[in-house]
Amino acid sequence: MADHLLEVRDLSVEFHTAAGTVKAVQNVNWYLDRGETLAILGESGSGKSVSASAVMNLIDMPPGKITSGAILLNGKDMLKMSAEERRAINGAKIAMIFQDPLAHLNPVFTVGWQIAEMMTTHGRPRDKAAARARDLLHRVGLPEPDLAFGKYPHQFSGGQRQRLMIAMALACKPDILIADEPTTALDVTVQAQVLALLEELQQETGMGLLLITHDLGVVAEIADRVVVMNGGQIVETGNASEVYHNPQHPYTKKLIAAAPGSGEMPEESDRRGEPLLRATDLHKYYSAFHALKGVDLTIMPGETVAVVGESGSGKSTLARAILRLDDPSSGQIHYRGKDLMTLGPRELFGLRRDLQMVFQDPTQSLNPRMTVFQLISEAWAIHPEILPRKQWRDRVAELLTKVGLKPEMAVRYPHQFSGGQRQRIAIARALAMEPKLIVCDEAVSALDVSIQAQVIELLAGLRREMGLSYLFIAHDLPVVRDFADRVIVMKSGEIVEEGPVRQIFEAPRKDYTRALLAASLDPDPEIQAARRTARMELEMAVSA
Amino acid sequence: MSATNTQTSDAAKPKGLVAQWFALLWADKFAFFAALFLLIAVLCAIFGPLLFETLATKQNLRGRNAPPFDLSRGWAFILGADALGRPLLARIVVAARNTLLVAGAAVVASAVIGTTLGLIAGYSRKRAAQWIMRLGDVIMSFPSLLLAVIVLYMLEPSIANIVLVLAITRIPIYLRTARAEVLEVRERMFVQAAKVMGASDMRIIFRHILPVILPTLVTIATLDFAFVMLAESALSFLGIGIQAPEITWGLMVSQGRPYLTNAWWLSFWPGLAIILTTLSLNLLSNWMRIALDPTQRWRLEMGGRKNG
Repeated sequence: MADHLLEVRDLSVEFHTAAGTVKAVQNVNWYLDRGETLAILGESGSGKSVSASAVMNLIDMPPGKITSGAILLNGKDMLKMSAEERRAINGAKIAMIFQDPLAHLNPVFTVGWQIAEMMTTHGRPRDKAAARARDLLHRVGLPEPDLAFGKYPHQFSGGQRQRLMIAMALACKPDILIADEPTTALDVTVQAQVLALLEELQQETGMGLLLITHDLGVVAEIADRVVVMNGGQIVETGNASEVYHNPQHPYTKKLIAAAPGSGEMPEESDRRGEPLLRATDLHKYYSAFHALKGVDLTIMPGETVAVVGESGSGKSTLARAILRLDDPSSGQIHYRGKDLMTLGPRELFGLRRDLQMVFQDPTQSLNPRMTVFQLISEAWAIHPEILPRKQWRDRVAELLTKVGLKPEMAVRYPHQFSGGQRQRIAIARALAMEPKLIVCDEAVSALDVSIQAQVIELLAGLRREMGLSYLFIAHDLPVVRDFADRVIVMKSGEIVEEGPVRQIFEAPRKDYTRALLAASLDPDPEIQAARRTARMELEMAVSA
Repeated sequence: MSATNTQTSDAAKPKGLVAQWFALLWADKFAFFAALFLLIAVLCAIFGPLLFETLATKQNLRGRNAPPFDLSRGWAFILGADALGRPLLARIVVAARNTLLVAGAAVVASAVIGTTLGLIAGYSRKRAAQWIMRLGDVIMSFPSLLLAVIVLYMLEPSIANIVLVLAITRIPIYLRTARAEVLEVRERMFVQAAKVMGASDMRIIFRHILPVILPTLVTIATLDFAFVMLAESALSFLGIGIQAPEITWGLMVSQGRPYLTNAWWLSFWPGLAIILTTLSLNLLSNWMRIALDPTQRWRLEMGGRKNG
């Protein structure tokens, strides 16, 4: 049998922590051939990154320990090599790119210097290295590549930085490129471009691409084969489209079912009567920067309005303006006919009860030094008229049950919960105010796909039960498809398109909406392939 | 971050609050002995002057600079005697009161004032914040000793005035640290979440911001304790601090300095007392930082059991 380019055989890694030994991965087997793309798919904590870290010798030992297995590069076991040999392989034979490029680029050196350094450390003369760095900057499609050589990392956007990382990784013409969540931090349209670039480069150089991701869409877009991991073990492996269409393991089935954007879309809602909230002609300036350019918005009672846009579109500024966290520069916001902008502090304080917010990252939005009970009951400490102190304990228990947690969890602290549970606590806290409208600012973006589905389910249930309205802010469209009544698409501070969800998804009127829809990745490899053709055509049409 | 952590904290619940904290303290042996030492020092400060006042001030010129570890003169001379033949052990015990009083009061006063001003300066974006910061700059730009000399020259050198001077010169440290931390914490999401709920500024400051920045300030305060003790001795050395026959550890160190070559124990024992006190405070504050942080507390609740 011919040797694979890279093979991980029977690998087990343990971590010794204060809470006991954690088996990060157990008996993992996979291989990667030349010119092939393998995706390791898994949710957070599944151990999907561990085997790649072992390949790159990035596991800190101790506390980590490789208890069994072998990592074969062209048939040679890397675990038996000296540190010296391993270093010679890293970067030269195997290169890696990461989720957050800004954290992996040194802010005080120019990017050209950093790319060249990659080659000089592997023994290339400085002038040749600089020349190749220039070539690479051209190749990865940066605008004005000649100027880019002398710029610093902060002068690039997120997508451009990821291109820089790719240039750096390719500097020594590696045989293998490991990409750890390369597009997770990027906007959907940029994500599509970066994935396309990776694929092109792979075809050009014939390298093996190992992609670590949590996103079925990314797998569908780029992977030949997929390894599905859960709880440190491989649950399923096979051809990407086969695994999608005919999943064997219950976990894979669950994961595929949880992918957003596959359910029924709600019918158009009745929009007569008095709106709950109406914002007209909102403007917001941050000194010279015009963040909101005349935005209008209406939310009816019991309605869910989704605001979708990429980073910098002004969607969060809009949410903050409505809650008066940042006052808009001009414009009006009416809540049930009352002008929020002219209200005094006392009346505004009363209205705070009706308008609540759930933030993107529950790890940061919950005070780490307060117990769940304190967090939820703070609402009543601030607004004592809601509930007398005697009933706090019962009501907290009730709210916890309502969001799918157990009442006895009230004595715990936020760090003792998982991400999805924390977001449930944040929702319970918002519910404690008995609000009419909840603003969800990317409330599910930081969560795993299956958890995301559960939280959206919870929000939808609460809407039915309590007649809540939501302003739901998201950066990609599939998430809002099953949940929202109306969708507003925003770009650079302006509303591009607004309409009932069915109209936006089935008959988008504006090019930008179409581009956004085309860029969002579908978990089905076949649909994704069709979308890609559509996207190419769209790009041709735009550039023509 | 896993289920095992939560179980340990649940298991600790039925015990009383005092027992629970004692268990946390016992879990960190260094902190436990530090607390024990500080307790002894405080007891010395309270009862020492009552019991040993006469012993500590009685001169005995035949026992000048008597060496330590010599029991022939009685137990009080175990650490030796000073230049006037007074027993060092008794003097250290008696001096504990003035030392701890001056240093403790100065540290607490500067920490409370500095933190309050820092919270105001960091949280409000009004002009008051600017004034506070410039005030801090003015204090910092003065050499603290010069300020002390001027103030104490004008006022009577008494314990209260020394505390006042030392407190003023140390305010900027807390002021600047508190302000810098507040500027960071106030932008955190949970502060925003509290604002959305309609929480008042007072509530945000005391419920959400102060608990987060307190550990840093407490750590600085314990480190500052040693500095203040030595600054007080410097003032005493210049003749504008504590005056003989009143004694402090710092004063004892500086009084022993001329004899360092032939009678090291004169400076060594009071110096050791200063070091041990500071060290104990430091260990205790380190323990407190962990014990007060719910995300770290499990380290102590594990009961010192080591894994791996």
